[in-house]
Amino acid sequence: MDREKQVLFAGFGGQGVLSMGQFLTHIAMNAGKEVTWVPSYGAEMRGGTANCLVTISEEEISSPLTENPMTAIIMNRPSLDKYESRIKANGTLVINSSMVDRLPEREDLNVLQMPVNQIAAEIGNSKGANMIILGAYLEKTGLIEVEEALDYFGVVFKGKNEKVIEENKAAFMAGVEYARRQW
Amino acid sequence: MDRVLMKGNEALAEGAILAGCRGFFGYPITPSSEIAEYMARKMPKIGGVFVQAESELAAINMVYGGAATGARVMTASSGPGLSLKQEGISFIAEAELPCLIVNISRGGPGLGGIQPAQSDYFQATRGGGHGDYHTIVLAPSGSQEMMDFAIEAFELADKYRIPVMIMAEGTLGNLMEPIVMREPVLNKVDKPWAISGCQGRKPNIINTLHLGSEELENRNLHLANKYKLIQAQEKRAESYLVEDAELVVVAFGIMARIVKKAVVEARKRGIKAGLVRPITLWPFPDEDLRQAAEHARLFLSVEISMGQMIQDIQLALAGRVPVEFYGRIGFTPNPEEILQEIIRLAAREGL
Amino acid sequence: MKKVFQRPESLTEARNHYCPGCSHGIIHRLLAECMDEMNIREKTIGICPVGCSVLAYDYFNCDMLEAAHGRAPAIATAIKRLLPDRYLFTYQGDGDLASIGMAEIVHASARGEKITVIFVNNTLYGMTGGQMAPTTLLGQVTTTSPYGRKVENEGYPMKMAELLSSNEGSAYICRTAVNNPANINRTKRAIKKALQVQEKGLGFSMVEILSACPTNWGLSPVEALKWMENNMIPYYPLGEFKVKED
Ligand SMILES: Cc1ncc(C[n+]2csc(CCOP(=O)(O)OP(=O)(O)O)c2C)c(N)n1
Ligand code: SF4
Ligand SMILES: [Mg+2]
Repeated sequence: MDREKQVLFAGFGGQGVLSMGQFLTHIAMNAGKEVTWVPSYGAEMRGGTANCLVTISEEEISSPLTENPMTAIIMNRPSLDKYESRIKANGTLVINSSMVDRLPEREDLNVLQMPVNQIAAEIGNSKGANMIILGAYLEKTGLIEVEEALDYFGVVFKGKNEKVIEENKAAFMAGVEYARRQW
Repeated sequence: MDRVLMKGNEALAEGAILAGCRGFFGYPITPSSEIAEYMARKMPKIGGVFVQAESELAAINMVYGGAATGARVMTASSGPGLSLKQEGISFIAEAELPCLIVNISRGGPGLGGIQPAQSDYFQATRGGGHGDYHTIVLAPSGSQEMMDFAIEAFELADKYRIPVMIMAEGTLGNLMEPIVMREPVLNKVDKPWAISGCQGRKPNIINTLHLGSEELENRNLHLANKYKLIQAQEKRAESYLVEDAELVVVAFGIMARIVKKAVVEARKRGIKAGLVRPITLWPFPDEDLRQAAEHARLFLSVEISMGQMIQDIQLALAGRVPVEFYGRIGFTPNPEEILQEIIRLAAREGL
Repeated sequence: MKKVFQRPESLTEARNHYCPGCSHGIIHRLLAECMDEMNIREKTIGICPVGCSVLAYDYFNCDMLEAAHGRAPAIATAIKRLLPDRYLFTYQGDGDLASIGMAEIVHASARGEKITVIFVNNTLYGMTGGQMAPTTLLGQVTTTSPYGRKVENEGYPMKMAELLSSNEGSAYICRTAVNNPANINRTKRAIKKALQVQEKGLGFSMVEILSACPTNWGLSPVEALKWMENNMIPYYPLGEFKVKED
């Protein structure tokens, strides 16, 4: 099932977790892939975590849900506690180390850490955390080419003013740079 | 084709608008409220009517009135709201008024929860309110169908003068995926029965009271004949890998997509599994099930409930093949656990 | 002379089923005369309730719809919104309007729906055999208040005209009675005024009409009118409660 990738985004309500997932869904669709995005709600919303699951595939997607995603982008500690055990064997964990004060326990996972909040503070865009980690993740995995992603910013943020688009691009690129240097 | 990314709830609302819906009457309830919110934004811009009613009772009666004028109108709700709407749905069915009723379904009974569920299946497929009646019930399984079925629902509603229900789990309302936008429906259906003021004609009456025994029976016979016609003409299902299937899984809505993935995995393991997905929950596509039963040793109904559609499957198969059940509520069964269930049953049956 | 007894065009030829001395028939006629005089029959849509007047769709010679018990204002709301240049009336009893349909009437009024409500208050449920209504007077005996309505048990009778007149959306609220010719004339004037308020798009309009149900009151038609005068009018004062000027 490698032609299909499922990525879970999880964090606090205010961390832009849902929009990060939507953004990836959008650019993947524009890149010609099949995509689905599902937010969780209800019982899962309690306990301070918000999450969404993105599926990107070369073929028609049957199930938009899974118990065991390939990758998780983890923005805070409760999300790591909740989802660590669910990631597929040999899957990937991308962790915001600014908000997670422990290492994963599993040893089969590919773990990528970055101090997202610190980088956001450095570039003076405290709301940019989601874009930073997404940029780093795409640079590292090549799920969608960085150049291609940059091309679609204008389409995805259609209707937003130029400044907002540029700020988001800058945050995204800060993540890309970090991944190039550190991962 | 240009694709746009849309949430199921929005795709459904936009589909309704493309179908010419110009009246939305609703009362907020999770997970259906996005439809009302979408309509509140759109209706004033296209010369339509949006009213947030004081209750679901009022909302469905607004649909009753709106449909009586001949306009295409709708409401959307969930769980407890659908219970309140049953009074009005019974009247609308009797008065034979076309309209769309949407259930973005959640778990009950009582206030239940807001997790996606299919436990309103009985309510939807058995009429739901008082008296002998049915609504056509469509179960989409993705954003594209949320849009397409909204359009289809209005067409069917006008064709048969019947309330049509779309039942979709909360997941589908929230699920975002690419869809192809449809063209607006332009042809207008002639509705000489509508009430609009009797200028130049005899007054029209829309009425559900039939005090005389004969009159009452005739009305019911008339409706029963209509339902028979719909059963003969409108059953719909999608079958997948059933030609040689020894284990046929039946699931609808979002559940059917999840099951499909499990069926593909089961095939990789040498288990001859197949899937039948009822698209019309009423009329129930029993012939598709009988066809799929050709080589089947076992059926499995997978539902987000404690087991409701299984009764229709058993009725359709009339004892020819045993039917097992797998269901949860509060959780949506995931592909991995359904695969395990298929493997377990296949091993037990020696498939 | 001939003109006085002529059937208004807005009534059908059907013979009504109301009991002798029942006020429903008079009220139908008053409403129909107003429709004739305003020449709006062909632009009027009426909603009849569940109650003794459930068959009103057979009596009014215009487009009619029969509602579920209490829901007429919701139905009228949708029709008026979709067809704003038509005249909408609901015709409702006190059980229909003040009990099961309380939410629908209050909110139609609060929203200022441009509809006219003919509210027939006969202090009980006529159709189902004379049970207590929210409008049943204190001490009044009905089949479900066999010892007389008591404050401890059933609370106070509801004054719908007063209640609805407090809503901003209400443009015209009036209470009349049909116990004598003068009051009958006043009732007709009130109905016409209500329809005119609707015509001008000023908001919600309602005429509450104190009515007789000799059958369930256990009185002769003449005694019933006396009873209305002696018991109902003192508790339910007549007059205009809300008149929004254009
Ligand atoms: C939901 C529902 N509950 C109860 C009834 C039974 N019912 C019919 S008429 C009526 C009361 C009508 O009283 P009112 O509105 O005062 O009208 P009247 O007959 O006095 O003119 C009732 C309770 C019904 N038809 N529907
Ligand atoms: S029961 Fe009362 S309200 Fe009903 S028709 Fe007879 S008199 Fe009129
Ligand atoms: Mg009454």
